[in-house]
Amino acid sequence: MERELRLMKGNEAVAEAAIRAGADGYFGYPITPQSEILEYLMAAKPYETTGMVVLQAESELAAINMVYGGAGCGKKVMTSSSSPGISLKQEGITYIAGAELPCLVVNVVRGGPGLGTIQPAQSDYFQATKGGGHGDYHLIVLAPASVQEMADFVGLGFDLAFKYRNPVMILSDGAIGQMMEKVWLSPQKERSKTVPEWATTGKPPSRKRNIITSLELDPYRQEIFNLKLVAKYNEIRKNEVRFEEFQCEDAEFLLVAYGTSARVCQKSVELAREEGIKAGLLRPITLFPFPSARINKLADSARLMLTVEMSAGQMVEDVLLSVNGKVPVYHYGRMGGIIPTPDEVVGNLKERIIGS
Amino acid sequence: MKEITGIKEIIKPENLAYKKSAILTEDIMHYCPGCGHSTTHRILAEIIEEEGLQQDTIGVSPVGCSVFLYNYLDIDCQEAAHGRAPAVATAIKRLQPDKFVFTYQGDGDLAAIGTAETIHSCNRGENILIIFINNGIYGMTGGQMAPTTLPGMKSSTSPYGRDVKIMGNPLKMADIVATLPGTYYVTRQSVHTPANVRKTKRAMRKAVQYQKLNKGTCFIEIVSNCPSGWKMTPVQANKWLEENMFPFYPLGDLKVPEGQPVQQTRTND
Repeated sequence: MERELRLMKGNEAVAEAAIRAGADGYFGYPITPQSEILEYLMAAKPYETTGMVVLQAESELAAINMVYGGAGCGKKVMTSSSSPGISLKQEGITYIAGAELPCLVVNVVRGGPGLGTIQPAQSDYFQATKGGGHGDYHLIVLAPASVQEMADFVGLGFDLAFKYRNPVMILSDGAIGQMMEKVWLSPQKERSKTVPEWATTGKPPSRKRNIITSLELDPYRQEIFNLKLVAKYNEIRKNEVRFEEFQCEDAEFLLVAYGTSARVCQKSVELAREEGIKAGLLRPITLFPFPSARINKLADSARLMLTVEMSAGQMVEDVLLSVNGKVPVYHYGRMGGIIPTPDEVVGNLKERIIGS
Repeated sequence: MKEITGIKEIIKPENLAYKKSAILTEDIMHYCPGCGHSTTHRILAEIIEEEGLQQDTIGVSPVGCSVFLYNYLDIDCQEAAHGRAPAVATAIKRLQPDKFVFTYQGDGDLAAIGTAETIHSCNRGENILIIFINNGIYGMTGGQMAPTTLPGMKSSTSPYGRDVKIMGNPLKMADIVATLPGTYYVTRQSVHTPANVRKTKRAMRKAVQYQKLNKGTCFIEIVSNCPSGWKMTPVQANKWLEENMFPFYPLGDLKVPEGQPVQQTRTND
């Protein structure tokens, strides 16, 4: 199969990209606005072509624990859900992080709290980037801003997950999941035949038994393990920061936004520039690790920063930490499933400029 | 300690009538004296050894007393979150269909927090073996009421006895899963006497054979004891088991493959 151009929904692109990335298994449970992922996979029947297992579980809890089981076998496995379902998966995600297993979790975020709304939001930033479940751990968090990135981050996510033996989350939202764009799909990759040395595949005489667990009752040994995780996260911070800059070279007023908000802000920068306001946009692509060093550097030349999020203000805290007081940092957010318009972002930016 | 006279003459391979299974590790088990877990582990180890399955076995241990199963059996193992073992095993088996996959779960794990995973994996007919240790109490956390605690039975959270009007009735999980089309073999056994140990071992051997047929879930409930949680000596606990647990959870087969003889249900065997 060659590289192929298709018109697809973001959710469909995730599903197709998973098949093409050579995924071994997908385990999911329906929830709006991401049910197309499971529907697409069930219709595509990859178990008849690549051998990829697709299973509708009885709950998000079961689905993420199936991911745990499959990941423990060294397989490329994934799940997807939306905010309330991701909350349910947190137990499994912390066990996966604690057992140092690779996997991919897609969160097509909708507004909350509680059952909230089925409309797009970015209100799960804290949950995604600060751990989410109990215990000291981090996910690697990728934030797509297009259908193309929804597809591309599936393969990238699996690569990072296996490189660091760490769960990876694609933090998308209902807008990117539902909208259609053209997308270049990668050629079909073979499912991997290599088995990681730590995988539970049945113990041959040639090696010790492999145990997948996150349990350690000795506090000193547990702390050694925690320190190992800290070292791993620092390594990830060093190697895996990804971001995109739009007209940042001479920007006096810097917008910081990811995902859908970043698409809006790109237009806002253009509108502001038409009015002679030197605006720029930094779009974090990885939310963990966060592009703190770059934002700190940009604070040397910018006069203020404005984060734009579809939330009450979550990423703004990481921007504040990155800027460390060098320049004022403001937040502009819409909630409840509302996407801000480019004009209202420019309007808010002007207010901040006048205010400062 | 003074060496017993002639002990070295007695310990010779030709005199061994009973030996440790090679699948059992050197780790000292943490189980309390008289607990059925260690006996069940041993049976499992013997079956894996005798069937030559070490290279093909993946076990899933639960949260509960048997969480450290992986320390005692020399096989690949995954430790599941509380109640989720059947979901974990589902993926292991589906991604490695040629392997022998089992879960080992207590009553809190399987019949309370993991009820949904149990019912649905059995209903999907996952080709796994579920070993269910039912001793009617939460052992690891210190003797709280379990979903299988008998009516009137005392525990630290039912200190005046289980009042079914307030606390609900005990669940008979083997009876429930036996009604599901996805299960292939459902039996209830015990390990408190040598005769019952032999029967349980036969049941496990059948389950191993049946898993190769890919016909559905095998479910072996072992009605067991908890001397510490029940606050009894091992001998008292086994007597209490026979007098109280077996009438409510009768031993025997609940579902056998077509054409196979049914082991009679007997209350006091």
